Amino acid sequence: MSTFHDVVVIGGGGAGLRAAIAVAETNPALRVAVISKVYPMRSHTVSAEGGAAAVSAADDSLDEHAYDTVSGGDWLCDQDAVEAFVAEAPRELLRLEHWGCPWSRQPDGRIAVRAFGGMKKKRTWFAADRTGFHLLHTLFQTALSYSDIVRYDEWYVTKILVDDGRAYGVVAIELATGRIETITASAVIVCTGGCGRVFPFTTNANIKTGDGMALAYRAGAALKDMEFVQYHPTGLPFTGILITEAARAEGGWLLNKDGYRYLQDYDLGTPTPDPVLRNMELGPRDRLSQAFVHEFEKGRTIDTPYGPVVNLDLRHLGAKLIDAKLPFVRELCSKYQNIDPVTSLVPVRPVVHYMMGGIHTDIRGATSLDGLYAAGEVACVSINGANRLGSNSLPECLVFGNRAGRAAAVFAARYRQAVPSAVQAMARDEERRLAEELARHAEGHERIADIRTEMQTTMENGAGIFRDGDSLTKASDQLHELRMRFAHAAIDDHSKDFNTELIALLELGFMMDVAESIIACALQREESRGAHQRTDFPRRDDERFLAHSLIQRGADGTGRVSYLPVTITRWPPGERIYGR
Amino acid sequence: MADEITLEVARYRPEVDSSPVMQSYQVPLREHWAVLDGLTYIKDQLDGTLSFRWSCRMGICGSCGMTVNGEPVLSCATFLTDYAPGPVRVEPLHNFPVIRDLVIDIEDFMAKLPTVKPWIVRDVQSPVEQGEYLQTPEELEEYQQYSMCINCMLCYSACPVYALEPEFIGPAAIALAQRYNLDSRDEGAAERLEVLSSPEGIWACTFVGECSAACPKGVDPAGAIQRYKLTAATQTVKNLLMPRSKR
Amino acid sequence: MTASTGRSYRRPIALFWWLSRRSYLLFVLRELSAVFVAWFVVYLLLLVNAIGDGAPSYARFVDWSGSSWVLVLNLIALAFVLLHVVTWFGLAPRAMVVRLRGHRIPPPQIVAAHYLAWLLLSAIVAWVVLR
Repeated sequence: MSTFHDVVVIGGGGAGLRAAIAVAETNPALRVAVISKVYPMRSHTVSAEGGAAAVSAADDSLDEHAYDTVSGGDWLCDQDAVEAFVAEAPRELLRLEHWGCPWSRQPDGRIAVRAFGGMKKKRTWFAADRTGFHLLHTLFQTALSYSDIVRYDEWYVTKILVDDGRAYGVVAIELATGRIETITASAVIVCTGGCGRVFPFTTNANIKTGDGMALAYRAGAALKDMEFVQYHPTGLPFTGILITEAARAEGGWLLNKDGYRYLQDYDLGTPTPDPVLRNMELGPRDRLSQAFVHEFEKGRTIDTPYGPVVNLDLRHLGAKLIDAKLPFVRELCSKYQNIDPVTSLVPVRPVVHYMMGGIHTDIRGATSLDGLYAAGEVACVSINGANRLGSNSLPECLVFGNRAGRAAAVFAARYRQAVPSAVQAMARDEERRLAEELARHAEGHERIADIRTEMQTTMENGAGIFRDGDSLTKASDQLHELRMRFAHAAIDDHSKDFNTELIALLELGFMMDVAESIIACALQREESRGAHQRTDFPRRDDERFLAHSLIQRGADGTGRVSYLPVTITRWPPGERIYGR
Repeated sequence: MADEITLEVARYRPEVDSSPVMQSYQVPLREHWAVLDGLTYIKDQLDGTLSFRWSCRMGICGSCGMTVNGEPVLSCATFLTDYAPGPVRVEPLHNFPVIRDLVIDIEDFMAKLPTVKPWIVRDVQSPVEQGEYLQTPEELEEYQQYSMCINCMLCYSACPVYALEPEFIGPAAIALAQRYNLDSRDEGAAERLEVLSSPEGIWACTFVGECSAACPKGVDPAGAIQRYKLTAATQTVKNLLMPRSKR
Repeated sequence: MTASTGRSYRRPIALFWWLSRRSYLLFVLRELSAVFVAWFVVYLLLLVNAIGDGAPSYARFVDWSGSSWVLVLNLIALAFVLLHVVTWFGLAPRAMVVRLRGHRIPPPQIVAAHYLAWLLLSAIVAWVVLR
């Protein structure tokens, strides 16, 4: 079966819904569909906590937001993209406000802002500490008012159909029935989010398996800066649940086992009782997570059954402030850690949180394939460079979701074209492949979970906060081995009805692609920059690597890495300075 | 503490079962393990054919609602140690058709939700260039509680009215309508009145109160419905007395 | 892969579902209380009618009311009406948000106000009747 929509959006999170609305608004004559493997309001945007950055205060400026972003990203950001981003972010957040987002307010009714890591001014809008949840539900509910937006809820895309360098739609499975359908389109926008599940310990939801990155990669699009994986410094041990940076922005301290604010030892400033912007606990995430590793090496962390931790101290903030500004943190700590942050220290450790890299797009969200767009965490424009600043990702979803939606709408209206027969044949091949895969894996003997766990461990050991040539080479070899074993992965579930084991298998296949591209890019980048820290190349090397790595899939299935210069407009590479 | 606990899980495979059957699994009993961790352990190590939904495992995405020992709960926020020594009975949420194992069909809710217009309705949209609509913290507090709904469906599962009258719009949808009615930026209350005050709307609710007891986010849909009953009744009386006045 | 049947399972509703939970039982009893509230209305109308028809009619009504089955019925009805009132009052603060000089009146005070009003009305009725 085959259905046509002018624009198909894969993913129903912040970027996907924003893109769909943008298509509907740009050209109401276009038929737009959102395909999501979960109901849109379940998307991982829901878990974002701290806030969304956009210049709004009188003492702030777009230039300052841009500079914070560029320096936070260790000069790997494309500065034209950053300038567009900071300029459009306020408008996007205001639009969300008009759509009903319950932003926290000042007493006079204006939007309130809070401090955030790596930001020199207070410019992070927030809805208590459930910003992502409110943002997603506002978008989802607003999208309901556009009756023209068709939704494929709980459909899983297995392939992007590409012919002669142009995208023509997707093949997808309906989870509830196992029905496989070809959904053709004049333009496809990938908004599937990140790939944190490639690692063992992550804040990312179970659904964050890098599907969109792998889909685009297999379709022939380039992935960019895949070696840059962000570790958030404060996750709860065992669960990996995120304790928002807002906890530190409101005045929380990080203490080692001696109760010492250890960040002062890592060129992040001097401790003050009240939070100071771009100082100590309000430094950028990469530097804070790296400091944790050094503390561990010095034996100054605390051992727990779930690995070494340090403590986040919120006690001095008091119950009143915590309940007003950080109610979700308190709820999460009490439910999942059995502690009350009002009276107890919160054990935390760095946790994989965000993918700076992703599908290579230009400033309009266009990928290297015609008719294929990407936005949100799955994409790499890049405004995040080598390290994303907290609270830049939500506005990125909105700004570039909107941009990709508009660009795709224009493209779809202009280049309406019959689907070539080659694409139809390709769709049939994909349907056949899925059936064959199932039959083949029914004979398999390797547990999906075992391969997945080993892949995750491999990634943690090989491409963690610190890497080197040896660890990466070893990881590359191990992934190769796992790839062999993956061919023999077993599927016990032969049902068509809501077959989650089949989905787990397909997801694992996608994750292996993503894992390999992370390792390949990390191996080639012989320098240390932002979240990519090579102990064998500890310095930043602007001579060789002030460039984005691009990885593309060759005919033999292996990735080839090349480099693309970084766009510098107004901020020449400089030293990242925090706390002084 | 014993190091294992039994999970009795409802299995329903439509192509072989005519009704659910219970299947027992032994899973490790560990501190911090949620019922959901037990289920993923089964899926990963014991039986790959068990199907259930889950995603964020931090109680905010609303995917993993299940009936555990008879109570509708989020399985990611319900802990095995609280049920020791077990066994723990895990079933799909009640009052919904079961697609497979622990997976329920929520299309009914998804179809009802847009009918209450859960979005900002305004006569005149002012351009974003003019800045935000002002809203004081007090005005925000007025609807904040009702904006916390994660659509997890626990309230529908707890509601006997929904069980008996599937036409009932239900707790979450009405609470979300109230969330917008009470938002100082919204002007759509009149448009929502007809659907909400229909027989399938608020008047179907008989205030059992179990929806509010089941809600993991403290939304209090029962309160929202009762509050709206008062509003709707007042409005009806007003319309009777002053038929010509607008709204 | 086996074919999807597209057949979902609907759990039948047990006849005694309302016994499975205290709150369900309470809810069914409260629903039932409406019958007894209606009975009190009927009873009141009968009383008014009897008074209107003169002293002999009223005397017959009083005799009838004294019969044991009417007494029992009225006692049961009273219990149900009390249940109705108590649950109704309990719900009041969730249905009404009352503001006084910009501050929301806390729920217990709203409940208290209801009981106070009830007491006051009862006192007035008692005063009229017993005067």
